[in-house]
Amino acid sequence: MNIGGVDIDETFAEAFAMSGTAIVITGPTRRWALNSAMSMTGFATSVIGCGCEAGIDREMGIRETPDRRPGVRVVILSMSPEELQKQLANRLGQCVLTAAGSACFSGVEGTTRLRLGDAIRYFGDGWQISKRLDDGRHFWRVPVMDGEFLCEATTGLVTDAVGGGNLLIMGRSYDAALRAAEAAIDAMREVDDAIMPFPGGLVRSGSKIGGKYKGMIASTNDAYCPTLRGAVDSALDPSIGCVLEIVIDGLSESAVANAMRAGLRAVIKLGPKRGAVRVGAGNYGGELGPYKFHLKELVA
Amino acid sequence: MNPFTFGLRGEPDQRLDCSALVPHRLASLTEAEIARIPLNTTKQKITVGDVFRIRTGDLADIRFERGSERLDNVGEGLSGGSIRIDGPAGKAAGRNMVAGSLAVVGDAGPFAGSGLSGGRLEIGGDAGDFLGAPFPGEMQGVRGGLILVHGRAGRRAGDRMRRGIIVIERGAGDYAASRMIAGTMIVLGATGRLPAYLMRRGTLVLSESAALSPTFLPCGRFAFGFTAMLAQHLKRESRAAARLLKSAFERYAGDMAVTGKGEILVSAG
Repeated sequence: MNIGGVDIDETFAEAFAMSGTAIVITGPTRRWALNSAMSMTGFATSVIGCGCEAGIDREMGIRETPDRRPGVRVVILSMSPEELQKQLANRLGQCVLTAAGSACFSGVEGTTRLRLGDAIRYFGDGWQISKRLDDGRHFWRVPVMDGEFLCEATTGLVTDAVGGGNLLIMGRSYDAALRAAEAAIDAMREVDDAIMPFPGGLVRSGSKIGGKYKGMIASTNDAYCPTLRGAVDSALDPSIGCVLEIVIDGLSESAVANAMRAGLRAVIKLGPKRGAVRVGAGNYGGELGPYKFHLKELVA
Repeated sequence: MNPFTFGLRGEPDQRLDCSALVPHRLASLTEAEIARIPLNTTKQKITVGDVFRIRTGDLADIRFERGSERLDNVGEGLSGGSIRIDGPAGKAAGRNMVAGSLAVVGDAGPFAGSGLSGGRLEIGGDAGDFLGAPFPGEMQGVRGGLILVHGRAGRRAGDRMRRGIIVIERGAGDYAASRMIAGTMIVLGATGRLPAYLMRRGTLVLSESAALSPTFLPCGRFAFGFTAMLAQHLKRESRAAARLLKSAFERYAGDMAVTGKGEILVSAG
């Protein structure tokens, strides 16, 4: 199908169930809230090598955060609640507790809880203070060198989070593909509960499962490498000079769908002259992931 | 639906034990059965019907029209719904409340909110001594929930408090937050001698400096994230407390006569 000169492949993105959560990190200024959030979501592009996928969902104004300071909502996902808990505790301890002036709060509801402050309270060495409010919220105050680290005891676990939504943005030139991908990312960042965990939201090294070498879990997606056109069973016609992928994770199926829809619309709005000429999606034949995001349905 | 109303006929001749007049204890009773509930605390038997004019209504919303300082134990063990007394209450209003809300429009006697572990107790006037405190022999006072006193509290408010929040808007008597185990108590206005005496853990927030025990040690002036967050939490309950909590505080650690892990936060203005 072609919309506004952009070919939309008749295919779907195949996505998987993940365990997810969200936290709110605040700081004395926007700069320090972002410092902490960026550190916490660093090296969290893919569960394959990082143990989790994480990203900044959105910045929060002082009227939105529990302690009325600038904040950032971070979403983090992993393949199991156990691994998610491990990643959450490690990253909280190393990247949020350590950040100047930071505080940390639950960012999502959920009857099953993940330990947040409960996991690092002993850093206080006996001087940590428990505070439980009459609405059920529980906090830890941990003395640190710049004052106190205030941290909510737990955050919610989302068991039906979705990982692996994706778009393949294809342009005639590198510049055109990058321009389209950036437009898509900007639009997708407006969607709540969805993150694009790779650098700047983009993946240039999309992968296929396995490879010719023993032990390789994934290897380059040769069908979409323009330099291999002719040498492999390529998915690219001669007009495509560059492919950039956007991977989308979300705390719900609808969040991923909304983000993909926003991205597609942005690419179509930009048009083929300045942006992408084609948009596709990656899947495994529909047999592995329970979630299927058909591009046609998203742009309908 | 209209509230279930107990209209006080006149000042009672004796103190009355009103602990039975809570929603969960009245739920299965007819109006006649409710009227036969004994309230007397002396040998002279007095029933609900003798003291109150009953108007049936929603049992989850009980109203005492007029109050009396002789109405003891109102809302005892309240586990849901709401009770409102349009006047003063006697001793131990809201004792051992678990959930729901109890509003005393006037003054409350001693031991209001004693052992409260959940729900919300609001006192429009003053509270007597031992607000939230345990009865003799008990180990813990308030264990959760919220107590809000718009007036002044007597001596030993928050004694042996274990958890929860107490807000007192117009000052407290001597030994406020004595033997505090944990939790948060906020006092606006003047506080009597030796606040937080023998406090183990917990937080006592004061709007004005008070005569502290020498076993509380100054730590310096700080702006706490927790108090800023608590200000947001309490702004609908007490705007004055919310304003206070947004300020910086002088922190005093103590009571060093016991564990020394509690704190008094005195507003630095």
